[in-house]
Amino acid sequence: MNARTLYDKIWDDHVVDQAEDGTCLLYIDRHLVHEVTSPQAFEGLRMTGRRVRAPEKTIAVPDHNVPTTLDRANAKTMTEDSRIQVEALDMNAREFGLHYYPVSDVRQGIVHIVGPEQGWTLPGMTVVCGDSHTATHGAFGSLAHGIGTSEVEHVLATQTLIQRKAKNFKVEITGSLMPGVTAKDITMAVIGETGTAGGTGYVIEYCGQAIRELSMEGRMTVCNMAIEGGARAGLIAPDEKTFAYCMGRPHAPKGAAWEAALAYWKTLFTDEGAHFDKVITIRGEDIAPLVTWGTSPEDVLPITATVPAASDFKGGKVEAAQRSLDYMGLTPGMKLTDIKIDTVFIGSCTNGRIEDLRAAAAVLKGKKIKDGMRAMVVPGSGLVRAQAEEEGLAQIFLDAGFEWRLAGCSMCLAMNPDQLAPGERCAATSNRNFEGRQGRGGRTHLLSPAMAAAAAITGHLTDIRTLMTETV
Amino acid sequence: MEKFTKLTGVAAPMPLVNIDTDMIIPKQFLKTIKRSGLGANLFDEMRFNLDGTEIDSFVLNQPAYRKAEIIIAGDNFGCGSSREHAPWALLDFGIRSVIATSFADIFYNNCFKNGILPIVMPQDVVDTLMEDSRRGENARITVDLENQTVTTSDGQSFPFEVDAFKKHCLMNGLDDISLTMEKATNIDSYEAKAATLRPWV
Ligand code: SF4
Repeated sequence: MNARTLYDKIWDDHVVDQAEDGTCLLYIDRHLVHEVTSPQAFEGLRMTGRRVRAPEKTIAVPDHNVPTTLDRANAKTMTEDSRIQVEALDMNAREFGLHYYPVSDVRQGIVHIVGPEQGWTLPGMTVVCGDSHTATHGAFGSLAHGIGTSEVEHVLATQTLIQRKAKNFKVEITGSLMPGVTAKDITMAVIGETGTAGGTGYVIEYCGQAIRELSMEGRMTVCNMAIEGGARAGLIAPDEKTFAYCMGRPHAPKGAAWEAALAYWKTLFTDEGAHFDKVITIRGEDIAPLVTWGTSPEDVLPITATVPAASDFKGGKVEAAQRSLDYMGLTPGMKLTDIKIDTVFIGSCTNGRIEDLRAAAAVLKGKKIKDGMRAMVVPGSGLVRAQAEEEGLAQIFLDAGFEWRLAGCSMCLAMNPDQLAPGERCAATSNRNFEGRQGRGGRTHLLSPAMAAAAAITGHLTDIRTLMTETV
Repeated sequence: MEKFTKLTGVAAPMPLVNIDTDMIIPKQFLKTIKRSGLGANLFDEMRFNLDGTEIDSFVLNQPAYRKAEIIIAGDNFGCGSSREHAPWALLDFGIRSVIATSFADIFYNNCFKNGILPIVMPQDVVDTLMEDSRRGENARITVDLENQTVTTSDGQSFPFEVDAFKKHCLMNGLDDISLTMEKATNIDSYEAKAATLRPWV
């Protein structure tokens, strides 16, 4: 058999039917559902009298709309339309018999954190969700991507998706990361290199020593933002770390089934000599702690840099860069570290896992946030929150002056009450810095959890490495 | 789904790169459980001031483009989230085709499920169409799906590529789910096979 990439292998194992023109029907192993992109799909099923073909492979959890304040059990904390959406999911999950984690369940959280945590996401699977950051699950060597609501309905009804195969894109990160540099910086560095459209039409496989050295949490951070690079999905071949993470999870196989699964998972790697349509290589040592200055995730710069001018760009990007500078209220030539921050948000499916909270807490330990700073930590799931409390991280955040919230998407997209005011400037560990993403007129700088914590202390964007030398 | 065969209409120039789904339909409008009615908030934050009055400089607020049916845009149109609210909002406003040098993957797919034709054209063609569209109401652009051409108001014609299956579904207004349902036996046999090969799934 020809040498195949990891993507080729997973794809081949899920083709139900292939038409002459290459259009395939792909089988879907796991379908994750949240409240925002699903109501119209369930409504479609009802209108056509269809059922959910595989409810046992369908997992629902509300996350986008739910308040993350401690009083959220009180329905009044939700706006009317948010409540209707959450209630619609509640009803649909029960009516169609899906696995369901309601707001009151400690396992509730951001869908992309809950899936892996509960062992729903396993190597070699196809995973979809009506949400672009489904790419996160690729960290397990599963083919995972976002779909639209019509496709949600299609998967609910048929457990398949109509797809054409994407091309293979290899992103290799060689060597090791320098101190203060994290998985977030890797993924932002890649987007900075390829641009937000660089991955369009491709599935990325991330490989190389720096990727292998990442924990599962870090790998999820990397794959999470594959979509910001335009890729359909991001993948990382499973290894011993992956297997160790999966073992013992509630929905992971046990006993003989585990052994059989493991034998299969060990075949999930790119064969020697397999063809990639595009390759980039970045030296891990060359990656600095990064931040975004503009309103596109490709607007990344090392924290030591200065704000660019529109004239530094070419083509359509000139107008977009000028618009970004105006929107962000920045002057070309100013140092990034001179940018003052009003709010710090630590959370999201990019950086809301336990390791992210540990990294931020390590910076914050024994310190206080800057006077007047609004700072919040929103754990990615109820279980992450519980673990952080057990490890004493919650207390470090509270002592530093952070708010310690319940799980949800929160200020990542500000569909719940957590929003920026016009002109308010936020250092955020999330994944999108689009205009208005965190609230109309709000200004977002994306960065790693450690860098976010550093900004909370100093009140401006800060090179984490300068704080590290202080503490040594 | 509404069929798409051929359309002649006003095209609105939007020469920005990376027009994202948060621009197309900001998240505060995603809290609906319906597909309709989103056109009123298409490009909301670019189109309206905080007090709800129109921003005159925004293209769709200008008299010539209030009834635009086509958008000509820069690279990477529709990047960002998977929200199908973006094509729903475009459609509800009356946009049936978007022409750009590139599109984000999920958005591109979502368009076809909603009777909107996204067309990828090389930069020089997009530039020509952009110029043409700047002439406003008098410059009507024709998008012909059957013959796979876009024609400017003065008769310059450019071919475009489109996936044959997607074209077929769009031209006939076909619903994917019914098509797939016809393959139920293939799905059954795949499931039977997978149950022995990978029983833990
Ligand atoms: S945390 Fe943000 S990016 Fe992730 S699923 Fe929620 S809204 Fe989307």
